[in-house]
Amino acid sequence: MQIIHTDLLTIGAGLAGERCAIEVAGAGFSVVCLSLVPARRSHSVAAQGGMQAALGNAIMGDGDSPDVHFLDTVKGSDWGADQEVARMFVEAAPIEMRRLAHWGVPWNRVVAGTHTYWKGGKPFDATEKAENHGLIHSRAFGGTAKWRTCYASDGAGHAVLYTMDNRAAQLGVTVHDRSEAVSLIHDGETCHGAIVRCLRTGELRAYLARATLVASGGYGRIYRASTNAIICEGTGLSLALDTGVAKLGNMEAVQFHPTGTVPTDILVTEGCRGDGGTLLDRDEYRFMPDYEPDKAELASRDVVSRRMIEHMRTGKGVQSPYGEHLWLDIRHLGEHHIRTKLREVDEICQNFLGIDPLHQLIPVRPTQHYSMGGVRTDKTGAAYGLKGLFSAGESACWDLHGFNRLGGNSLAETVVAGGIVGRNIAEFLQGYDTAFSTAHVREAAARDEARIRRIVSGADGKESVYAVREAMYDILERAAYVFRNGKDLTWGVQALQEVHERAQHIGLASDGVGANAELALAIRMPGMVRLALCVCHGALMRTESRGSHTREDYPERNDRDWLNRTLASWRPGADLPHLEYEPATSYVELPPGDRGYGGGKIIPAAS
Amino acid sequence: MQRSLTFNIFRHNPQDPASVPHMDTYRLDETDSMTLFIALHRLREEQDPSLKFDFCCRAGVCGSCAMVINGRPGLACHTKTRDLPDTITLLPLPVFKLVGDLAVDTGTWFRAMYQRTESWIHTRAEFDPAAQEARMENEVANAIYELDRCIECGCCVAACGTANLRPDFLAPAGFIRVARFAADPRDERTDADFYEIIGSDEGIFGCMGLLACEDVCPKHLPLQNQLGYLRRKMGLTVLKKLLPFGG
Repeated sequence: MQIIHTDLLTIGAGLAGERCAIEVAGAGFSVVCLSLVPARRSHSVAAQGGMQAALGNAIMGDGDSPDVHFLDTVKGSDWGADQEVARMFVEAAPIEMRRLAHWGVPWNRVVAGTHTYWKGGKPFDATEKAENHGLIHSRAFGGTAKWRTCYASDGAGHAVLYTMDNRAAQLGVTVHDRSEAVSLIHDGETCHGAIVRCLRTGELRAYLARATLVASGGYGRIYRASTNAIICEGTGLSLALDTGVAKLGNMEAVQFHPTGTVPTDILVTEGCRGDGGTLLDRDEYRFMPDYEPDKAELASRDVVSRRMIEHMRTGKGVQSPYGEHLWLDIRHLGEHHIRTKLREVDEICQNFLGIDPLHQLIPVRPTQHYSMGGVRTDKTGAAYGLKGLFSAGESACWDLHGFNRLGGNSLAETVVAGGIVGRNIAEFLQGYDTAFSTAHVREAAARDEARIRRIVSGADGKESVYAVREAMYDILERAAYVFRNGKDLTWGVQALQEVHERAQHIGLASDGVGANAELALAIRMPGMVRLALCVCHGALMRTESRGSHTREDYPERNDRDWLNRTLASWRPGADLPHLEYEPATSYVELPPGDRGYGGGKIIPAAS
Repeated sequence: MQRSLTFNIFRHNPQDPASVPHMDTYRLDETDSMTLFIALHRLREEQDPSLKFDFCCRAGVCGSCAMVINGRPGLACHTKTRDLPDTITLLPLPVFKLVGDLAVDTGTWFRAMYQRTESWIHTRAEFDPAAQEARMENEVANAIYELDRCIECGCCVAACGTANLRPDFLAPAGFIRVARFAADPRDERTDADFYEIIGSDEGIFGCMGLLACEDVCPKHLPLQNQLGYLRRKMGLTVLKKLLPFGG
């Protein structure tokens, strides 16, 4: 077996992984990034909106500051965020945007003079200051007091990821693409790298590293309907969980978007509803005013998602070969508006659904969108429980987002956290020595090799990996989706335990030779079910509603009992995650209050 | 009226010594809004789990799923079956090394391209975290972004006559990368520097002018214009080198 030595091994080469890698390589250390796909195909590339940073150059961002950004972020998190992390983040974000500009990101810039902008579907005029001409511009995003989202046309993620990968190439960062980590090498105290499977050949390799970073993105694809790229299956989180000592934070905190298209789950912007689009049911009846007489389709993202599910439960959903959905109607907005202001939506409909939204209804349903939960780290990015293990970006629970992340904060987090954690890793590596035990490497490799052999030969059974995945999808959709309640969650946990057992008996229908996708999924599957159990069990235990976690049977946000973070770990041989809790934040700048949207009662903390 | 689709798919597993390249035929009933993303996953999950192909974003932005669809390179994720006849033939992209069936290794090819074009900003300026960002005209930012929209899917490389003949050809994806940095005022490289990269038969002078690259580009990048622009620019650079009073 090939053994590769490096100072830092990153699992994932999206924005967070590469940003860390650049910092560490820049300090003179060797870095290898693993990636399931060529680095530039990472899910970071799909982010279209932009990155929040309080530069305050744009007139609509006038008077913005890290303090205002901090308030938006902590409120948005429904007080689930670590406030010390949020403070570090908002202070560093403007500098990071400028650094990206220096590296080559073509951020849109301020153009002095009067321009027509749009807010809530209505045009208005604003005058950009002459002294800010040519500085980084910003646009609006939900849940923010100021316009502070730095953008590059309609492809911020693309522009930044390409610049980042260029920078990585310049510094000689090695990327091993089509490579998947299948387990971490560790002794229960220190992480020593990973056993990695080549997705071209199926061969196993060992990577020995003084520091290992999980930057593998979210776990959206444990759900059937997710706006995430299909590679976002939470593999890095599974590896950390499987160590038995690392902990995952707030796995029940999962964000949904009301309008993912059916069948391919591509997000269509909330701007459609902002501009006057309506939601219709199977009878083409507009149902939202019945539930929300005042705001109708303009209620907050969470509320619209909930009402859509509620209405489908009354049997009013549209049946399709791809499952149930509702309709989004923008026909009445007219040709000019649809072809210009909603061009992106028009293109998604024409290119991926083959429908013309000027004449036809758009099939939509609430769809998984962002994973707040992840590998729990301290503020430096060091994972709980294992020395030498770090995490950053969507795969981490750092914890900037608490129970609800704001649009534009997640993409900014990848580079801001990447920079901070990268510097901390470089500092950690300075003068840090460790000993690699050949026995640990051999044991880890032998264990993985044996497991793979049993899956290929069907020695443990002939369960279909696709059937197991469908079963997991079905359970999460019923028990741990937009709405949650004790009865369904109790059932969900038990049903997932059965699926977890089935996942131990997966056997291939194909030969498993070479770049075989069935085998790659079969290797991942038990870990994915364990993540699903962390979500479901965590959601069952959390008897309150906070941010995106909505309990029908506990509608209040309960600061008295639940102003805390769930920590899940998986003890060897267990069939349920072990849950424990820690205070949401030890540093309090903004005491809990009303976040100003989403409604709901609050049970105050005991004073 | 629901159609029954016939898929003829190229099969070969380079990791299996017994594998011989051949075509396999599958049938699938068409459903509304079916794309090749949906069709291929159904074939793999319902009929043949050994089928190899690549998808990632499935939304036309990552470039993973390029393949030859009824004779033409394109992204499978935004190809709708209803725009195709009943019989659909799928082949892997040529030029790139085969990973298996429809999956090819674009990653290695593009990383070599980054090194050849030195695909990064060349500047002597140091970043100053305390300073305001250097100003830029918004028009310039937009122009750079337009040239930076390549998603490295490889369609233009696969459709390029020269790239199919000579493996060392930089190809349209490489030229557009050079054009992106040539348009960026932050990059201090001169025309002479860029000439070193592309002023040869492996570079722009190898182009036979067939221009299939622009026809198949899923992002509709101005590959033809940029090629013409670079050629004129490089022609002038040569001229300047030859003339005693040249720049």
